[in-house]
Amino acid sequence: MVSELINANPIVYEKKERRVRIPAADVDEYAVEPIDQLEIFDHLRDIKDPEHPYSLEELKVISEDAVEVDDKRSYVRVTFTPTVEHCSMATIIGLCLRVKLMRCLPSRYKVDIRVAPGTHATEAAVNKQLNDKERVAAALENPNLVDIVDECLAPSYES
Amino acid sequence: MNFLDKTFELKEIQRLEGHSDRVWSVAWKPATGTDGVPAVLASCSGDKTVRIWEQSSPSGSFHCKAVLEETHTRTVRSCGWSPSGKLLATASFDATTAIWEHIGGDFECVSTLEGHENEVKSISWNASGTLLATCGRDKSVWIWEVLPGNEFECVSVLQGHTQDVKMVQWHPSVDILFSCSYDNTIKVWAEEGDSDDWHCIQTLAESSSGHTSTVWALSFNFSGDKMVTCSDDLTLKIWSADIARLQSGDVKAPWRHISTLSGYHDRTVFSVHWSREGIIASGAADDAIRLFVENEDKSVDGPTYSLLLKKEKAHEMDVNAVQWNTATDKRLLASASDDGTIKIWELAPQSGGEELSL
Repeated sequence: MVSELINANPIVYEKKERRVRIPAADVDEYAVEPIDQLEIFDHLRDIKDPEHPYSLEELKVISEDAVEVDDKRSYVRVTFTPTVEHCSMATIIGLCLRVKLMRCLPSRYKVDIRVAPGTHATEAAVNKQLNDKERVAAALENPNLVDIVDECLAPSYES
Repeated sequence: MNFLDKTFELKEIQRLEGHSDRVWSVAWKPATGTDGVPAVLASCSGDKTVRIWEQSSPSGSFHCKAVLEETHTRTVRSCGWSPSGKLLATASFDATTAIWEHIGGDFECVSTLEGHENEVKSISWNASGTLLATCGRDKSVWIWEVLPGNEFECVSVLQGHTQDVKMVQWHPSVDILFSCSYDNTIKVWAEEGDSDDWHCIQTLAESSSGHTSTVWALSFNFSGDKMVTCSDDLTLKIWSADIARLQSGDVKAPWRHISTLSGYHDRTVFSVHWSREGIIASGAADDAIRLFVENEDKSVDGPTYSLLLKKEKAHEMDVNAVQWNTATDKRLLASASDDGTIKIWELAPQSGGEELSL
């Protein structure tokens, strides 16, 4: 895909232990359970980095704290941290996050994706592109881009 | 009339289903919905098709009369009728603009305009139907001359925007073209001399009280002396120019910012349209439709605008387009959404809310 890696030696972090949800005993089992931070993080943590065989969680591109959710207002904001300041993969990573959430959240949800403040050289430009739904729609009609995104979103075997 | 003295409601007349992806844009066919002619509406979508909807009788329900497909190979982003209503132009992410004519009960693609490098995002016919403008992601605006026999000749390629161009719109009475862009600006283009020499004569940028993020759409009031623009910066802005100067041939009469409507929207405003009576409708990413009117009592600083009503959850998802039918006496509004539907609304005084007259 690229001849030279953007970040040849990324730091790899340990994966967070998966918490098991223990339903409270007195909860009405028929009630609609609100979508929470952990649920959204679980959807995103195993997305693969576009150029390394690691997950976004292992590269600390996203963490549970990076997810803000307000289920009542049907709103999610994901703030991701590129591995290096001039990472040209930032828009691809952001696009993967957006596509994944488009596929797994109810359509009532409004999603904002952004780069963590101060972590990318062209932060404003990346944020603007990722939140322009017309450009996202056009990008998702580009077969090459869709291939890259699908590759990153493909389920990994170890999880 | 002073709208603010009454309570209005936006009544859903009909919900049109058929598109299998988000609906990006709608366009009322000129001079339909009046004088006993049933209203006709075109819509276009991410499903690569255009649908034509027609009322079964002058006041009846709408049904899908035609599906225009297998011409565009990608999203159809916008559509617009020529002023005579004879031709429909459609702009697509497939880098082409198609021209359709209603021949013998069928819509036929009679011309395909090629030239843009990639996604075409908007089209606009001038008032006389002699010129067609297109714009797109390649940052350019193209002006095409409409020749006999459904021939279109590109007379100018306008460069000046630094990012993709979201919308083009001709002034309603003078041949001046407006474009708005991802570069946060609105540009005004006019012909100098009779040499098909089109130039940018004004740029409305942040430094001229303009927008601070993507400008998605613009619309003119009926008399053409005011323009409203909407943006990702969550505001609407009103601009005005000396219409007498424009109509006497001085195309360089400047457009000035006169008002900013802020604090009303909390997500991107994608669409704005000014009705013949002066009601501004906006469609936004918070699923709501809002209507604004100018206040009767003008302040010394110029006109001010008030929210007439807000229709929460007008659609299940983002509202991409709002369009008044400017022919009918009824206040008919069409809206299009990411939820794949089009809705027809009527603005009417709230039932039971009639004023007591003494």
